[in-house]
Amino acid sequence: MPMQTREKNQLMTYEEIERTLQRLAHEIVEKTNGAGKVALIGIRRRGVPLARRIARMIEASSGVKLPIGILDITLYRDDLSLVADHPIVQSTDINFPVDDKILILVDDVLYTGRTVRAALNGLFDHGRPRAIQLCVLIDRGHRELPIEATYAGRKVQTTDLEIIEVRLSEIDHEERVMLIERVP
Amino acid sequence: MTLRFRHLLALEPLLREDIAFLLDQSKPFQEIQRNPLKKLATLRGKTVALLFFESSTRTRISFSTAAARLGADTMNLQAEASSVKKGESLLDTVRTLDAMKPDVIVMRHSASGAPQFVAERLKIPVINAGDGVHEHPTQGLLDALTIRDRIGHLDGLNVTIIGDIQHSRVARSDIYALARFGCRITLCGPAMWLPRECEQMAPGIRLVPRIEEALRDAQVLIVLRVQTERLLEPGLPLDEYIRLYQMTPGRLAQAQPGALLLHPGPMIRGLEIDPAVADGPQSCILEQVTNGVAVRMALLYLMAGGTPGSGGPGTD
Amino acid sequence: MLLIKNGRVIDPSTGGDSTSDILLHDGRIARVSPGIDAKDAEVFDAAGLIVAPGFIDLHCHLREPGDEPAETIETGTRAAARGGFTAVCPMPNTKPVNDNASVTRSIVERAASAASVRVWPIGAASLGSKGESLAEISAMKDAGIVAVTDDGRPIATAKILRHVMEYCRALGLPVIEHCEDPSLFAGAVMREGATSVRLGLSGMPAATESICVSRDIQICALTGCRLHIAHLSTTKSLELVREAKHAGLPVTCEVTPHHFTLTDEDVHYDTRFKMNPPLGSREDREAMLVGLADGAVDAIATDHAPHTRATKEVEFDRAAFGVTGFETALALALEALVHTGRAPLGRVVELFTSGPARVLGIRSSLAEKEPADITIFSTEHRWTFRAEESASRSRNTPFDGRTFRGAPMATIVGGRIVWRRS
Repeated sequence: MPMQTREKNQLMTYEEIERTLQRLAHEIVEKTNGAGKVALIGIRRRGVPLARRIARMIEASSGVKLPIGILDITLYRDDLSLVADHPIVQSTDINFPVDDKILILVDDVLYTGRTVRAALNGLFDHGRPRAIQLCVLIDRGHRELPIEATYAGRKVQTTDLEIIEVRLSEIDHEERVMLIERVP
Repeated sequence: MTLRFRHLLALEPLLREDIAFLLDQSKPFQEIQRNPLKKLATLRGKTVALLFFESSTRTRISFSTAAARLGADTMNLQAEASSVKKGESLLDTVRTLDAMKPDVIVMRHSASGAPQFVAERLKIPVINAGDGVHEHPTQGLLDALTIRDRIGHLDGLNVTIIGDIQHSRVARSDIYALARFGCRITLCGPAMWLPRECEQMAPGIRLVPRIEEALRDAQVLIVLRVQTERLLEPGLPLDEYIRLYQMTPGRLAQAQPGALLLHPGPMIRGLEIDPAVADGPQSCILEQVTNGVAVRMALLYLMAGGTPGSGGPGTD
Repeated sequence: MLLIKNGRVIDPSTGGDSTSDILLHDGRIARVSPGIDAKDAEVFDAAGLIVAPGFIDLHCHLREPGDEPAETIETGTRAAARGGFTAVCPMPNTKPVNDNASVTRSIVERAASAASVRVWPIGAASLGSKGESLAEISAMKDAGIVAVTDDGRPIATAKILRHVMEYCRALGLPVIEHCEDPSLFAGAVMREGATSVRLGLSGMPAATESICVSRDIQICALTGCRLHIAHLSTTKSLELVREAKHAGLPVTCEVTPHHFTLTDEDVHYDTRFKMNPPLGSREDREAMLVGLADGAVDAIATDHAPHTRATKEVEFDRAAFGVTGFETALALALEALVHTGRAPLGRVVELFTSGPARVLGIRSSLAEKEPADITIFSTEHRWTFRAEESASRSRNTPFDGRTFRGAPMATIVGGRIVWRRS
């Protein structure tokens, strides 16, 4: 049975997303002393364009060109035994050594923390980074694991019935963040 | 797209898009094998039954490596060790398996169609790891993946398969996998192992007993293993086979420059293949082994997802 | 007394085909005429049905003695009755082989107490059907055999075949041959062709059969003994039989329902489609249909070969050869020959009655004073064959679940209704 949903309201416009990413880029440079050892890891799917944008912004402002990796967390999920049809696995593409790097995981929404947990496992299979930090556009609460964002664009109070949809031009051909409500 | 079938018994019924999907899905698993740490927990708690009624070292190790790297447990049932030798029927084995409830069955058997027999009677997904002289679908997939990786695509390649075509399950699966991409396939071997009905397996298949003619314009050469017991039966002297069909540097040079050389293994150096060719730069033999694990990881991952009874669309 | 009223009576021995009544009395046919009135007689209303001489099956396996889990004389003949057969000829490959008079007698005695229809055993041609020395053919003849064969295989050598045929000519017995060249057959599980190559199953070429047919016809010419080719299945074999008949040799042949309805393309590792001889090509099936229609084929025989689940529900390579066939034979023949317009109804009746009778050198007729063995069937009755409802002990049929037009309706042996469709 298809789930009924309804758009409740718009949380962020295109301009607000851009401004927030700029702020996050600044914070990253600040907190990592110039981002010298930093590499960004975009979590598929919407973490990937966000990581690319942040890298461009950092390059424009401080001239540092950060390596970018792409991580598919499908194989690291902890709920596959409950899923009848296993989801398709996409490529993970981290073509630089992670040892001794400060890796910053980039994703669109932080919710239960399980995606990040899976991503951490995935990263450890690639080596031993010096540190791993987390950067998200939206933190919507409801954590089920002790995981917090190092950099959060905006914190939003939500209920279990609500969904946050980040729509990015690279994937969705429009650019805004929507609060969607499940209609019971 | 998703997996359209519940069992992988043969490549024959698969469409081009099915095979392309499986090759694409193998890619992430190729990458994992390049990681320093290759072990995942993806299939933790799942059990893969390895049901080998015919001795096989390579395929069994490849499947158990694939299962181990995905974190699955394996259950080994080998013909020599199990009760098969004591006269237990395949039907009894099926009932035993049903009671043990593995999540996937990987099966090798000397009788063509035996995996289908099991698949028809169980709700557990079955992967054919080679049945009689019928098919060896994972070998067909790993060969296609190896060729695609080296050349960049599979479309319209000239592929020559050399050896005992009639008794080769590898040849059948390779033919079905590659013909779906419009490969022009030439089958070459002693005439009594080259039944003319092979032409009907896919469009554009040529039967060429003379190796010089079969090698011309070939971009990919698949050299089959010679089963010495087959040589005895129709009485083809070994030296005749070597003289007429051994893949030598001289013969390799008659194919297109840089033509790929594949062999499903285990190979007998000095019989069907000259060691200089087997170890040369055109040989893909070691990539085949690595890709075998990747393809099998992808299949185990995709097929272990089906919970019994969930079915799903597609052909069985 | 039994009075069959208003049936369409077809008797191939006279060519008769008209609506008539038949009165049966004391196990024999008392009168054949329209408008018979017999006060004390039980009446069978056959209006809209065909009344024919009793069907004879030249080739079946009742598995008794020795393999009773697969079939017995009792269950096999009940299945035969449901197929409209009033007499069946069980092959000698029982355990022990029916190669001596005591086995023959035990079969005849068992049949007398347990069988629904007449059982006419066929004896082994050689001891143990091993093809080494002659069986006690004369003693078996006195005990009741109607022919000899080493069925399951051909008589091993041309030399033994020659001896058997010379001996049987003097005894007036036909020799039935299961034709196949053993070296081409060895290891094969189906007909060689595109399907066997695709499935990776070991195939035997069509020549496996015709090479042996050719040998047998030459020995027939040498000895003058009657030769009957069992379950003929290839185009070339039928051509050889046609030539032999044309040359005036006493050669006959039978074809099974599965060989004129199925082909090797139907084999999908399903052991219910595994039999010997194996299913042939489309061309072969067409040749069989042509031969059945034009008279080159003498009889339809079922080769009813029951097997237990344990010997059939295994890998295709390991499965026993054979399919059951009594209950579907007539319906398949009507479907393939009559409803398609390939052959008149009278011809199909002949293939089940006077055709096989001629092979055995006996009469099949609805004339007065003849034994009251009668098959009543419908060409229109619609029904679905379900293996689980079969009277046979075995279920190895490729026709399970098939819906038919036309069916046996009643089987009368010696004036008694032994089976009637309910």
